[in-house]
Amino acid sequence: MTEILNLTIIGGVNKDGVDEPIRSVEISRGEIVGIVGPTGSGKSTLIDDIEQLAQGDTPTGRTLLINGEKPDADIRVDPRQKLVAQLSQNMHFLADMTVEEFLEMHARSRGKDTSLVARVIELANTLTGEPIAAHHHLTALSGGQSRSLMTADIAVISDSPVVLIDEVENAGIKKQEALQLLAGEGKIVVVVTHDPVLALMSSRRIVIRNGGMVDIITTSQQEQDVCGRITEVDNWLMSLRDTIRRGDIVEGIA
Amino acid sequence: MKLVVVAGTPGSGKTSVLLHTIKALIRHGKNPAVVKVDCLWTDDDQRFKKLDIPVHVGLAKDMCPDHFTIYNTDEMLKWAEDEGADVLFSETAGLCLRCAPYPDECLAVCVIDVTTGPNTPLKVGPLLTTADVVVTTKGDLVSQAEREVFRERVLEVNPGCKIVEANGLTGKGAFELAETVRLGPDVCDNMVLRYNPPLAICSLCTGETRVARKHHMGVLRRLDGFMEYKGE
Repeated sequence: MTEILNLTIIGGVNKDGVDEPIRSVEISRGEIVGIVGPTGSGKSTLIDDIEQLAQGDTPTGRTLLINGEKPDADIRVDPRQKLVAQLSQNMHFLADMTVEEFLEMHARSRGKDTSLVARVIELANTLTGEPIAAHHHLTALSGGQSRSLMTADIAVISDSPVVLIDEVENAGIKKQEALQLLAGEGKIVVVVTHDPVLALMSSRRIVIRNGGMVDIITTSQQEQDVCGRITEVDNWLMSLRDTIRRGDIVEGIA
Repeated sequence: MKLVVVAGTPGSGKTSVLLHTIKALIRHGKNPAVVKVDCLWTDDDQRFKKLDIPVHVGLAKDMCPDHFTIYNTDEMLKWAEDEGADVLFSETAGLCLRCAPYPDECLAVCVIDVTTGPNTPLKVGPLLTTADVVVTTKGDLVSQAEREVFRERVLEVNPGCKIVEANGLTGKGAFELAETVRLGPDVCDNMVLRYNPPLAICSLCTGETRVARKHHMGVLRRLDGFMEYKGE
């Protein structure tokens, strides 16, 4: 697999067909970049462009470069060579098979060893409350279980150098742990989010409006401090949630 | 003249994907025309007409729509030529999945919906296995892992095909498909089907409505798989 050092997004057009103001964004290895903007503004479309390594051949006209060069056609379509792993908003499984059968088939499609399946399930169970078992039917998993399973799948089976995450906070899983797991070592992570913790954990955030990239904000020191404080609040909320899930009584404010 | 035969499972998004593909071809200076074949009713022609291209509807009624398409291919090509088109899209509603409406000298496109689950590619038969291009739609409704498993399943039954991941709503995949059409084969005079139609007809095919076995003739297959000929 190609060693990825950086990814370049070359701007296309917005929803009105007008050139988007940001003409080029370069993201380096090890960096977490956020994508922010109102719902319907085109955040997922940008994620899709990255996922398929658009070459001016999508409705936005954007072009993606890897290490400053056009990627090979094979890299774009063959899962065995795929550089991008995506955790999408949609997590309803439609495949009528067990967790184990599905993961084995996915490992095969990625040219990986099927012995990784147990590791995926084990890792998924660190992110979700109610454990997932190999014999469970995919279609019967809850939203949180499905997302945990796919997060672990990306970390172990897909294991691509570029990871795209679309609204990970919506599923009631441990989002910071999930993000750390996905970021792994030296990956490029692009995360669409409205969540202040996740948005401020990124080093920069691309602002989308009307289908176009209109600004890039670098996370300031002040914002990083804010992020630290809201992380505490967030962890506290999470522990309260666990207390309530366990069926315990909340005893005052810690 | 290029012929593109587009078939696929019902509701998979054939028309939506085609609309985007045709727009991309028009931008390339091509002049496409469409024949939409359906069984009983369609209003898809209204959608195609908005693109300001020649559109023709064929209703197969009580004939199999794929057989109807084959039987009328000459006439469709003649019509498209008279309309000044250089690419004819023939969109057909494949139903029984027993045969495939693809001549050898066409670009055979099978549109299939990933939300139907990863076992579907094994059920679609020659419509999928003899296609040049397999267009998978609605991939945005499932996870990447599920898309990849689906893709693996398609390649299991048709290892040589080109897979295009498309989205009828956003137009994803249309540019790629348009490019494949542009580089596709030209029609020749003596087209031959890639896959044989059902190997025989029975008396039901010709209008017999009585159910009892004694009323049926032709080449018939029993529940246990045994095939026999009953006739005069």
